[in-house]
Amino acid sequence: MKKERPKQQGLYRQEFEHGSCGIGFVAHLKGKKSHSIIRQGLDILINMAHRGAEGADSKTGDGAGVLIQIPRDFYLIQGYSLPPEGQFGTGLIFFPQDSSDAAECQEILTTIIKEEGVNLIGFREVPRNSSVIGEISRAAEPKILQILLGADVQQADLERKLYIIRKRTEIAIRNSNLKQKSFFYIPSLSTKVLVYKGMLTSIQLGEYFLDLNDERLQSAIALVHSRFSTNTFPSWDLAQPFRMLGHNGEINTIKGNRFWMEARESILQSEKLGDLTRLYPIIEPDKSDSASLDNVLEFLIMSGKSLPYAMSVLIPESINDKNPISPELKAFYKYHSTFLEPWDGPASLIFSDGRYIGGMLDRNGLRPSRYVITTNDLIVMGSEAGVQTFAPEEIREKGRLKPGKMLLVDTEIGKIFYDKELKAELAAEYPYGQWIQQNMVKLEKIETSHKESPDMGDQYDKYITSFNYSLEDTDKIIKEMAATGKEPLGSMGNDVPIAVLSKKPYRLFNYFKQMFAQVTNPPIDPIREELVMTLSGYLGSLQQNLLETTPDHVKMVRFRNPVISNTYFQVVKNLRYKGFSAANLQLHFDAGKGAEGLQDAVEQLCKDAEKAVDEGKNYIILSDRGISENTAPIPSLLAVSAVHHHLIKTRKRMQIDIVVESAEPREVMHFALLFGYGASIINPYMCFAVIDKLIKEKAIQLDYQKAEENYVNAVNKGILKIMSKMGISTLRSYRSSQIFEAVGIHTDIINKYFAGTTSRIGGIGMNEIAEEVLIPHRKAFIQEQQPDILTEGVYSYRKYGEHHAWNPEAVSLLQWSTSTGNYKKFKEYTNRVNADTASPGFIRGLLRIKTNPIPIAEVEPIEKIMKRFVTGAMSYGSISREAHETLAIAMNRIGGRSNTGEGGEDPVRFKPLENGDSVRSAIKQVASGRFGVTTEYLVNADELQIKIAQGAKPGEGGQLPGHKVDKIIAKTRYAIPGITLISPPPHHDIYSIEDLSQLIFDLKNVNPKAKVSVKLVSESGVGTIAAGVTKAGADLITISGYEGGTGASPSSSIKHAGLPLEIGLAETQQTLVMNNLRRKVIIQADGQLKSGRDIIIASLLGAEEFGFSTSALIVLGCVMMRKCHLNTCPVGVATQNPELRKRFRGKADNVVTYFKFLAEEVRELLAELGYRKMDDIIGRFDLLERNPEVNHWKIKNLDLSALITQPTESFDNAMHCCDVQDHKIDHILDKELIAEAEKAISDKQPVLIERSIHNTDRTTGAMLSGKIAMLYGSVGLPDGTIKCRFNGSAGQSFGAFLSPGIELYLEGDSNDYLGKGLSGGRIIVVPPVGSTFEPDKNIIIGNTVLYGATRGEIYISGVAGERFGVRNSGASAVVEGVGNHCCEYMTGGLVVVLGTTGSNFAAGMSGGVAYVFNENGDFDFYCNMGMVELSLVEDHSDINELTKLISKHYQFTKSKKAKMILDDLYKYIPMFIKVIPYDFNKVLQEQKLEEIRKKIADVEIDLEISAS
Amino acid sequence: MTDISGFLKIKRKEAGNRPLNERIGDHSEVEQVLNSEDRMLQAARCMDCGTPYCHWGCPVDNLIPEWNDLLYKGDWKGAYLRLAATNNFPEFTGRICPAPCEHACVLNIIQEPVTIRENEVAIVEKAFTEGYIKPEPPKTRTGKSVAVIGSGPAGMAAADLLNKAGHLVTLFEKDEKAGGLLRFGIPDFKLSKATVDRRLDLMIKEGVIIRTGINIGKDITGKEILEQFDAICIAIGATHPRDLVAEGRDLNGIHFAMDFLSLQNRVNSGHIPASASNINAEGKKVLVIGGGDTGSDCVGTSTRQKAVSITQIEIMPKPPLRRSDNNPWPYFGKILKTSTSHEEGCERYWNLATVKFLGTDNHVTGVEVEDVVWNPINDKYTMLVVRDTRRIIDADLVLLAMGFVHPALEGLLSELELELDQRKNIKVDQTQLTNRQKVFAAGDSVSGATLVVNAIASGRKVAKEIDKFLRKA
Repeated sequence: MKKERPKQQGLYRQEFEHGSCGIGFVAHLKGKKSHSIIRQGLDILINMAHRGAEGADSKTGDGAGVLIQIPRDFYLIQGYSLPPEGQFGTGLIFFPQDSSDAAECQEILTTIIKEEGVNLIGFREVPRNSSVIGEISRAAEPKILQILLGADVQQADLERKLYIIRKRTEIAIRNSNLKQKSFFYIPSLSTKVLVYKGMLTSIQLGEYFLDLNDERLQSAIALVHSRFSTNTFPSWDLAQPFRMLGHNGEINTIKGNRFWMEARESILQSEKLGDLTRLYPIIEPDKSDSASLDNVLEFLIMSGKSLPYAMSVLIPESINDKNPISPELKAFYKYHSTFLEPWDGPASLIFSDGRYIGGMLDRNGLRPSRYVITTNDLIVMGSEAGVQTFAPEEIREKGRLKPGKMLLVDTEIGKIFYDKELKAELAAEYPYGQWIQQNMVKLEKIETSHKESPDMGDQYDKYITSFNYSLEDTDKIIKEMAATGKEPLGSMGNDVPIAVLSKKPYRLFNYFKQMFAQVTNPPIDPIREELVMTLSGYLGSLQQNLLETTPDHVKMVRFRNPVISNTYFQVVKNLRYKGFSAANLQLHFDAGKGAEGLQDAVEQLCKDAEKAVDEGKNYIILSDRGISENTAPIPSLLAVSAVHHHLIKTRKRMQIDIVVESAEPREVMHFALLFGYGASIINPYMCFAVIDKLIKEKAIQLDYQKAEENYVNAVNKGILKIMSKMGISTLRSYRSSQIFEAVGIHTDIINKYFAGTTSRIGGIGMNEIAEEVLIPHRKAFIQEQQPDILTEGVYSYRKYGEHHAWNPEAVSLLQWSTSTGNYKKFKEYTNRVNADTASPGFIRGLLRIKTNPIPIAEVEPIEKIMKRFVTGAMSYGSISREAHETLAIAMNRIGGRSNTGEGGEDPVRFKPLENGDSVRSAIKQVASGRFGVTTEYLVNADELQIKIAQGAKPGEGGQLPGHKVDKIIAKTRYAIPGITLISPPPHHDIYSIEDLSQLIFDLKNVNPKAKVSVKLVSESGVGTIAAGVTKAGADLITISGYEGGTGASPSSSIKHAGLPLEIGLAETQQTLVMNNLRRKVIIQADGQLKSGRDIIIASLLGAEEFGFSTSALIVLGCVMMRKCHLNTCPVGVATQNPELRKRFRGKADNVVTYFKFLAEEVRELLAELGYRKMDDIIGRFDLLERNPEVNHWKIKNLDLSALITQPTESFDNAMHCCDVQDHKIDHILDKELIAEAEKAISDKQPVLIERSIHNTDRTTGAMLSGKIAMLYGSVGLPDGTIKCRFNGSAGQSFGAFLSPGIELYLEGDSNDYLGKGLSGGRIIVVPPVGSTFEPDKNIIIGNTVLYGATRGEIYISGVAGERFGVRNSGASAVVEGVGNHCCEYMTGGLVVVLGTTGSNFAAGMSGGVAYVFNENGDFDFYCNMGMVELSLVEDHSDINELTKLISKHYQFTKSKKAKMILDDLYKYIPMFIKVIPYDFNKVLQEQKLEEIRKKIADVEIDLEISAS
Repeated sequence: MTDISGFLKIKRKEAGNRPLNERIGDHSEVEQVLNSEDRMLQAARCMDCGTPYCHWGCPVDNLIPEWNDLLYKGDWKGAYLRLAATNNFPEFTGRICPAPCEHACVLNIIQEPVTIRENEVAIVEKAFTEGYIKPEPPKTRTGKSVAVIGSGPAGMAAADLLNKAGHLVTLFEKDEKAGGLLRFGIPDFKLSKATVDRRLDLMIKEGVIIRTGINIGKDITGKEILEQFDAICIAIGATHPRDLVAEGRDLNGIHFAMDFLSLQNRVNSGHIPASASNINAEGKKVLVIGGGDTGSDCVGTSTRQKAVSITQIEIMPKPPLRRSDNNPWPYFGKILKTSTSHEEGCERYWNLATVKFLGTDNHVTGVEVEDVVWNPINDKYTMLVVRDTRRIIDADLVLLAMGFVHPALEGLLSELELELDQRKNIKVDQTQLTNRQKVFAAGDSVSGATLVVNAIASGRKVAKEIDKFLRKA
């Protein structure tokens, strides 16, 4: 058993870990200390136990803790003699288990205490009960002592001294040689707060630390945290809260934030802290993102900043026009944005310094935070409502934190500070606005008369060749972007080798892959939610001490747009504003000297950049203009990153900005990389030259200005998309955040020039990098022959172009062999594709298997093997009905499983066909759009797959344009024909791992028999995510390679996002085995699997099931047209066009043949390996080795040893799934409901059930609904057959998937995801009888209500959180107030809001209608007008509809507001605004016209009949 | 690219052929020309496939989707440049190629391929008429010289590319005019000789030296050539015809197809008067033995010579009308082909073996044939004779069109002692080099008789190898 967190092993890296959590606090507003506060804090934790997680031993928690005020009296009672309050400090200290190491640590600590002039009073044994904790946790349990100390100084000074002591001790011990030094950790050391925490479950916290149960321990605040970590490696120190805060969420920009903080250390000065160098680094190494944020927060506070100030500048709100905050506050944010990049990412934070306690949300506000203030001066805040229960009359106020907003309590003066007041104060402190106005200039506002031409003249050909532009670059990518302002789309995934495997020269850019958010944090929607996003930045650092507030900070040039034209580049270059000056550095190296020349040039560049800083330049310009025969260009990415890292290392990065003038970048990905590694502004002059030429050749019919603008817009949109994939909102925080993984670059290069980037299989070094520049360079300057007109064949196949795995031979041999059932031909096919794979086309082509043959007769039969085969998720909509059903038939015949994809399934298909075949897809997918996800759909599945990401476009949503939504597709997706259907980038009910756990729980409730699977895409850290997903309860995890297919995706996503299957799969296997979690979950692999060999290698790398999509489609006739996104598939596979569908020639028999052949080949290979069963070879990395015969100039330094490392734990731990998950659905409220509703279920007799309910009762009604859907389908029971009345606080997913005939009535409140997937039931929520607060001003239900609802109704007498009605397709709802993003992506249904709304109302709303009571007359400000139109409610039928709903609302809830309106309809109806999408309106009008036409026609027929 | 749904809106439209009655009266080209607008629309049917099987199936790697797109957009010049990038002589292939590209076209899955061949010829003809094609001699000369022996399509392609690369090329031809099979083998009604002359003229203007009437190995020895040139490229074709060994073979009136065809071509060009032609079908009952393209050419030529009757027999079975299961798309479809010559009138029989030639007065009068069947025996199709099916086909002119076996071995090849392969073709390595230093070979003399397009591809390949060789030297 390991005692420490494992370091690097195989592909696993410690930095991949993620945490996620439940948080909360209790405080007495007036600072009255009591033990009950602590008790209540611990109760909050227990009530959120479902948000934490347990490890493989089911006993070890991921971490829990509590922060309280220092209980000085508690120690006095125990007989300690202590200095007076304020002069006394204490804290728990974790010491090594080894006593001599522990003694040494204690020695170091005591010495430093003495040096800082503080008196050590002594150490106190902390009473603990170690028997309650799990095995894994105990193995890592530190020795814990409490230190008591004091000094006769002011409290603030002592507090700082303790901070210095702690930092110094940490550094000293970190730098020591102690073996167990990693055990040493100081949870807190303060005169104000004390933290108890450990690797515990929520429940264990109170049992383990006996102090916490001692009635004498008192505090006025208790801030608690429970952690859900992806892994369960020992980590006592990573438990939260930290010294000042608890965090639920994820900092996406963490790498950049850490780098910038490090870079900043050189210019920081603090009078209060004195010599700062002894405290550096400010950020402790090897800790979590939350810990780093805490480090910085603490540093700012210690330097004298206030809590609200520090929080506001670290995690600022959006300053977009749509955020209704004062200009002064915007100026405050803008001022600070010039020198402090946001810590960006989903965050719900709670923090305290002992006196103040508060909470805040980041600008996106994706994490819930609810609070209650009671009449007894208590405030309780938590991730959920109902974590503490109060009598209705005790409640003074119920609320939630809103995006970007803060709430703070001063327990000393007993006052609650709301966001507005707090921030007004901050904004008023200095004349920020005035400073900005006087000092900052906008780049776009600088007048310039000189226009710089894009024309390159006779240099054009040389440059285009030297920088290796292919015809596809110019004629497909750049042309499309310049002509349309959009990136081109592609389909069918990526089947060309990754850059390092290709024998052809590639730009260095292509060795990097984008990372993206999956599970642990959500991507954002850059189109519909652009209000939080920005690309603006500043140029011309005059970076000074950020701890000082001075107008000099804003002497800067602000730009909106980081990609600039030649004209503006000249402006930047010659800018002399406020004494700015630039250093011009050439990106040139001596072509004759090759790698050495390149190396020297980069070194020189770094030196020159450093010199520029020393000379006081404000920015450096890196330019590759001026190449010649002897002068080759340094790869721009190498140059930018090398300079960036060199300046960080020399602590000179803050003083300067990097501007790039380069011919190299052309695709969005290239720009993203340059920004991601530190560039501020880029001038891609070659692209402009290409555009200029295309216009002159009339290939683009626009004027140059417009085309340039289009191109830049396309780049900008693309960058926003790449940022949003990671959930990052601002380019300023994206800059240098390095959200990439390198594949195929040697670690020497990485360590030297790309520090912090993951690169796990080695690869090219300086020689190859130089050669890849020089090959095309020589072509441009040396070879005499004119270069051929060449299409590189990267996007579509070309002979002698880039190699495609699906080439004409492979496709035709596969079709030939399967259509004729010719196994010999099939072997020809597999020989061909295996040879291609080893050419090498894929990483697995570099591997070979160790053989030890046995007779094939001993190997298990193909029937057993075929059960492991599934087809990939391809929706009916992306592929034709014929193709979809043929796949289902084939998979059902062989005992495999087909997948619905995201598009629902016609219930007709649930019944077997007469000939015994079945067209039912065994796997039903649940994706972010939730299209067609009804209760009936869910209960008709053997497996429910949650699609987190898709290989071809991880982190992105999808869109099915209205013209593709025909009647049948609309029906299966519960939409209206002709209406565009948008799948949002994230699941709006999965922003974190505990949310995923909740969704898994929901699905298990609806259909307990189905396996729940989670589909992930290979990227670095996917193993860690998979561990978290396993802990969240998944039965099966699919790891998809980035190379997977797609119906439509931007070409940059297809090529550049995600990693090859092999890396992600191996990492997953290794990490799960290390955690001993592998036993609980099945691993499935997909991504360009073609042959038996592919299957065998995938299983050796850890997979037990295998997904096939492209190959199965090819068997059905797909010929890799790559036109799926255009609906013109000429073989009827990926099209809805009835004419084209007639061309479909696919046969289920052929698919069956394919899988039989594959299974047969697997048997042959098993026999060769010497194993009888698939189960015996899963995860057997030891049976793989590098094939030395596969080699070429670029791959000679690839090192696959990490990929095929067998984790040492595999000797003890299972390597494949042999266990089942405990889904904890056996003792839930629904079991009682089902029992009581028995008569209703069997005989449709009405029943009434009454119950109290708690936040721990989750997903209420779903299991009952599943039962009903099983028996009665979507029809359900007659209205009101089962009525349930609840009292209390309902947990998450209240009324999820509720079937018709069920009515849930809740008196109290409820948490997030109410009415998720509502399928016909009714939900009513009213405030408790006796409550005194106003329903229309107080929050009663949580976020993300009615997500994916298809039918039913809800009536809420109170306010809802963010995203009410998101992706509603048919339910109707009445509510008395909502947060941001109401009705987002709605495609149908009705929403009535009888109160105020938040921002971004109706974003992406393509169908349905909303009525908003516009009391304040400002609704249009809050509405996103992108897709909808607003009107008064004047139409008769509209008035009727609205009135009817409000009446029903009154009938069910007795709402005062409803009554007020109903009592005076003439007054109030005119105050309503009708919100209706344009498209939807058009469709409705057409429907009406159609009806009228039909009526007229009917009348005419009648007339004719009567006439005759 | 292109019109993404063009193939749905526009039907395949072929230019078609001249009316039958009219065309059999002369030897001019049979195929007609489509107007430019319709031609551009036909290009719109191209789908710019992600995997262009046409391009894969094309021996000269024509970038078909790319020039189809340019053609559709009306950029004829761009289309020509893209076409010329891979094919030296689109005007030949555009006329006579059996178009494996169209067999492989994705639209051919449902038998409605893009008119790729016709588009090709349209582009290159437009390029000639609009003057996009002008003599462009190389700007600099390398000072190296190459002898290309044999001026058929392979030799021409090699000469053209080598010249463009700056080498001084002499193209030798044993016949009186250059062009090889293009000139003497293919009837004018399929490929007018003006087309061949136009290209040769261009090559001459670009600096290729053409020496006709010189049989290397005879008029000039191979050794001399070796001394005079830095590299030699042999492209002498596979001219040795397959013979039919049967009783009566030495009767008069039995000729090899190529002798018959070249004679007509020489008559058409005025090289010899019609009266001097000693093989003529006029008034005769013609029997063509061999069901391939050469046989078909004999049929068309006989029609024009006013034969009384024409019969074509083939020993192999009649190809199916549709692809068989074992001959799927995108491979070349082995299906029954009915050429314009067949349309013009002839009887065709399959599964018919020749037993013996019958004659009177030492002149053939008929051929005894019998039915055969082909049965799979031990996985190999084996011919079996059907008993009691012997019968006689009357014929007083018999043309043997059963293909070619290997190049002429006497003369050059034997003099240079070039190594041959099993089929007696010239043996070359991966760089097209023979067993003799600086002697390369290409075309049918290496591969055996095949398509013109393959010969061009081979000529291109050898030119690139010779260029590499010369640059290294």
